[in-house]
Amino acid sequence: MAVVFKKPDALLDVPTHYCPGCTHGIIHRLVAEVIDELGILDKTIGVAPVGCSVLAYNYFACDMFEAAHGRAPAVATGIKRSNPDKVVFTYQGDGDLAAIGTAEIVHAATRGEHITTIFVNNCIYGMTGGQMAPTTLPGQVTETTPYGRDTKLAGFPIRVSEMLSTLTGACYIERVSVDTVPNVIKAKKAIKKAFQAQLDGKGFSLIEVLSICPTNWGLSPKESFKWLRDNMIPYYELGVKKDTTDKEA
Amino acid sequence: MGEKVLMKGNEAIGEAAIRANCKCFFGYPITPQTELAAYMSRKMPKIGRVFLQAESEIAAINMVYGAAGSGVRSMTSSSSPGISLKSEGISYIAGAELPCVICNIVRGGPGLGSIQPAQSDYFMATKAGGHGDFSMPVLAPASIQEMVDLIQDAFDIADEYRTPCMIMGDGMLGQMMEPVEFKERKPKEPSKDSWAANGLNGRKTHNIINSLYLQSELLEEHNIKLQQKYAAIKEKEVRYELYKCDRENDLIIVAYGTTSRICKNVIKEAEKDGINLGLIRPITLWPFPFEAFEKTVNKTKHGYLSVEMSCGQMVYDVKLAANGRCPVDFYGRTGGMIPEPNDIYSKVKEIIGGAK
Amino acid sequence: MPKVTFREDRCKGCGNCIEVCPKKIISYSEKLNVKGYHPATVTDEKMKECIGCASCARMCPDVVITVEK
Repeated sequence: MAVVFKKPDALLDVPTHYCPGCTHGIIHRLVAEVIDELGILDKTIGVAPVGCSVLAYNYFACDMFEAAHGRAPAVATGIKRSNPDKVVFTYQGDGDLAAIGTAEIVHAATRGEHITTIFVNNCIYGMTGGQMAPTTLPGQVTETTPYGRDTKLAGFPIRVSEMLSTLTGACYIERVSVDTVPNVIKAKKAIKKAFQAQLDGKGFSLIEVLSICPTNWGLSPKESFKWLRDNMIPYYELGVKKDTTDKEA
Repeated sequence: MGEKVLMKGNEAIGEAAIRANCKCFFGYPITPQTELAAYMSRKMPKIGRVFLQAESEIAAINMVYGAAGSGVRSMTSSSSPGISLKSEGISYIAGAELPCVICNIVRGGPGLGSIQPAQSDYFMATKAGGHGDFSMPVLAPASIQEMVDLIQDAFDIADEYRTPCMIMGDGMLGQMMEPVEFKERKPKEPSKDSWAANGLNGRKTHNIINSLYLQSELLEEHNIKLQQKYAAIKEKEVRYELYKCDRENDLIIVAYGTTSRICKNVIKEAEKDGINLGLIRPITLWPFPFEAFEKTVNKTKHGYLSVEMSCGQMVYDVKLAANGRCPVDFYGRTGGMIPEPNDIYSKVKEIIGGAK
Repeated sequence: MPKVTFREDRCKGCGNCIEVCPKKIISYSEKLNVKGYHPATVTDEKMKECIGCASCARMCPDVVITVEK
């Protein structure tokens, strides 16, 4: 008998602080599996955000940075520009990337920075206890939208993947989900494609991963996956939003 | 090089940084330091180094954090409002113990202020570079030659102690032109392999660049370690000039940067009237040269006069230094106004009670 | 014959694996682990039905499951 599934080397053998069922755990593992498969652990440097995944620097086996809130793409730019032979990725949530960090992600993408961003979208601010995020859906109840997000007061959610796909510097953008096994498999393929785009020198890549937050949604993991399918996927459509990887860099 | 070149202050900073082995410059236009970014944009690509105009001063300081954290000599520059933006980033750099150089070409404030020279960022630089318990060496040149020499000091100090290091000039120093000589000087670059996050490359344990310590005991321990570092810097890196302080003086002026040059002219004028004035010129604003005051406190009849292009910021450190042993007065212009020698001299005479 | 191994001290009892197992052979253990959760487990009896698809391992956020085939 052979082992067909085990912990990837790019993940340290430590327990995580994430809530039961939190999809950060799955996404971390997918990124680590891709790093293993591409054989790049020795030359990868990751940048952790401020958010639930702030402690990601304790979980990945590669060299890691902790960045100021929203600034991971700028930190990654500094790392990659000064070390072009390394593989650099950022891992960010919806507050980090789509609120305070909007300028940094847009400019990293438009400059075509050779970095890969994993964007975890769960429609809420997890770490601080469940407030509205730029990705919170209309009508969604959060701590700061106790009556449901009123679009007249709080506007509409941002579709980050579509927005960034308008930028020429972005070469690969795909939105995936980790709510089912087939989707987890597709998500890993997308993450691998994004890292490969960096290795091939094609430009900026981003994978938006629809995720759950059982604790702040007030649902069980099983109910949360259903909520994701019923509410998030209709608004945040899965699929490739930009792919210019077949073009010359 | 050995020969003298006429250079604009902002450009001389860039050239000095290049010679100090600065590998990355991340900047953003803001008057009166934009020429530095422009100079780097021309020179850095030609020598295979990194220049990037960031989308904001915030992005620029975070790019420095990234490059510095991967062990590469990096620099950013801005002017007062942009330095305010960098405060969080500077705090992170200090907390993560990263070396870097930050250049502040100071303009009038607060807010959007003016584009003319000022010295009103003294508090921010020496007391509040960012949130939390940290200090940062601040070097204040008074000439373009000194600026060039201090830039190289700044990179060496930053690397030796793993600290952000600020060069603070006023708008006048950035804009004026003076002859400069770039002396041959080998940068002191220690190995950063033990801590830099630049890829495992066969290393067994990963390096983390971080300033988060969720456990209070650990954060306190970390802060104590930082304070020990600052104590070492205070002991070894103080720089100042004493001008005509060997004699008994009627008054000693305390001034730095462009203001100190104006005060030297006042001192020469006063001598003609038989008034003896001395000057303490801090070159490191942090660590503040308290020892210069120990050397002179008993040799000044009317104490110290702090002359600044601000509403009075360094004067508080002068008061601390005097420690109640003699009077401390202040004269300043602000908003971009430059103090006039005659006005400074009138203030001197007011303090010492008329010409002898 | 395929088999799955659970690191029970890492399991947070989220139930993802139980939901996605196509053979429905995973269940919560009676006992509590060091974190106070009922870890997921497969009895020896049920293990015979394991097809080694690794669906459980793929949906596990805590790398609890190793799959052999």
